[in-house]
Amino acid sequence: MSVDAKTVRRIGNLARIKIEENDLENYADELNVILGFVEQLNEVDVDGVEPMTSVTPMALRRRQDKVDAGGYADKIVANAPLSEDNFFMVPKVVE
Amino acid sequence: MTDLTKLSLKETRDGLRAKQFSSVEVTSAYLGAIDGANQSLNAYICVEGEGAKKQAQISDEKLASGNGGALEGVPLGIKDLFATRGVHTQAASHILDGFLPEYESTVTSNLWDDGAVMLGKLNMDEFAMGSSNETSYFGPVVNPWRADGSSQNLVPGGSSGGSASAVSAWLCAGATATDTGGSIRQPAAFCGIVGIKPTYGRCSRWGVVAFASSLDQAGPLTRTVEDNAIMLTSMAGFDKKDSTSADLAVPDFAAAVERGVKGLTIGIPKEYRLDGMPDEIETLWQQGIAWLKEEGATVKDISLPHTKYALPAYYIVAPAEASSNLARYDGVKYGLRVAGKSIDEMYALTRAAGFGREVQRRVMIGTYVLSAGYYDAYYVRAQKVRTLIKQDFEKVFASGIDAILTPATPSAAFGIGDKEMAADPVKMYLNDIFTVTVNMAGLPGIAVPAGMDKQGLPLALQLIGKPFDEETLFAAGRVIERSADLDLTPKSWWRK
Repeated sequence: MSVDAKTVRRIGNLARIKIEENDLENYADELNVILGFVEQLNEVDVDGVEPMTSVTPMALRRRQDKVDAGGYADKIVANAPLSEDNFFMVPKVVE
Repeated sequence: MTDLTKLSLKETRDGLRAKQFSSVEVTSAYLGAIDGANQSLNAYICVEGEGAKKQAQISDEKLASGNGGALEGVPLGIKDLFATRGVHTQAASHILDGFLPEYESTVTSNLWDDGAVMLGKLNMDEFAMGSSNETSYFGPVVNPWRADGSSQNLVPGGSSGGSASAVSAWLCAGATATDTGGSIRQPAAFCGIVGIKPTYGRCSRWGVVAFASSLDQAGPLTRTVEDNAIMLTSMAGFDKKDSTSADLAVPDFAAAVERGVKGLTIGIPKEYRLDGMPDEIETLWQQGIAWLKEEGATVKDISLPHTKYALPAYYIVAPAEASSNLARYDGVKYGLRVAGKSIDEMYALTRAAGFGREVQRRVMIGTYVLSAGYYDAYYVRAQKVRTLIKQDFEKVFASGIDAILTPATPSAAFGIGDKEMAADPVKMYLNDIFTVTVNMAGLPGIAVPAGMDKQGLPLALQLIGKPFDEETLFAAGRVIERSADLDLTPKSWWRK
């Protein structure tokens, strides 16, 4: 499988990365080198093999469903490029 | 007075305890060394001079009253991937411009609880994506080592290149690092120092900027095996804030260092013998086998049949996880924002400006292999191959193998701006061919300097262990270190 400029534009949109029109072909070439490299996985017989979900045998720990932290909205927004009254500020989303 | 920066971490710790020198003295010595070297090596991207001296004074008070911790007063460097409260934390990326965490990573908290002093934050490949430390927003790091008679700058390896360069050039007593596909062990090999990637779950990932969460592990870079064991003992431990943290007691790793290899069975995997591998790597490997035999280990040929598929599977799994983890950098919560007409345009412009090319490429690959119609063909298949890779190791360990010996890298350090690697990302990826299997299987692996190539550059061997058996790796690694008995002193060309 390989990607073309149109696919690169679509992936860029999904990944929310703006890709300049004159860079689409370069990007396609670079991605195709990597996709060509991973192609060899098709040689492997994976019939009946379970896909890995955890690298160490462990059950996900659970905790009580209760609040044990919080009350520091000022810290949460402290690094925001733009915030007001402990809210993140973004361009208008709803008309 | 002796140069305090030339002491090992253990000698520093012991000298502080014996009050032969103070933490303020040793900290000042390191700050002076950084000042004289950083312009040439670019290992530190933030030096915390005032903070370090303050911490050192507190340590000296504790040492005076006999209340010092396990690393009391020992100056360390911290990879920029670890969140440090109020201190530069950008994963060497433009997109985290100005980010100052409101919290401290668990690993660094553990080190400060044991009394360590932070000298500053260390350069790295952007978001830990790279094998040469050339993808950093803050510019490439330079390896303290140069080929005999050459003035060409070499890469320190990556992604923990700043950590490795700083340890090798005596700019800290030890450094934290992280390893997703080889990012501790490959730079250790290139810079002639020791690096362990512990078992997945040994060190908490909480507060470590995430790259590929099922592969990322923190570990130490140090100048000796014993130092490495001491530092890992302080870094490791269960943490309820990391859901994959292992709820196991941390052994005193240093106690295992002189245990030797008598009675151990060491496996030699034939699949790690590559076509076109330089003769000196093969010779080094045979030398390592001979050393372990001389010290009483049994050596057995083994097979890990899916080895060659580890790197291609990694380049599906790691970018897939990265594309999810890096979705959080959107210009809203922290770091860089590039204004756009709509929120979507703001996201896309911010991420285009904030991520370097290698990071963008991996996010794109990850997005593609997870997208509708390709998920099964790429991602699920890669996770199945990962199961097979892990089973290869399980079978070998079940057959009585205690540890596996391999080369650490297919070559010594290469030049900065290598044209072939710049033109072909896969060539760069091949640096991790011997190390990446260990991450895919969640195992511990250590790189130990074992020889020099014909240009006088350090080469390393890797030992791979059973889950949570880092102790055997320290013991066998120490045998390699002792047998090789190398002079790992780079010529100090970088000093002002």
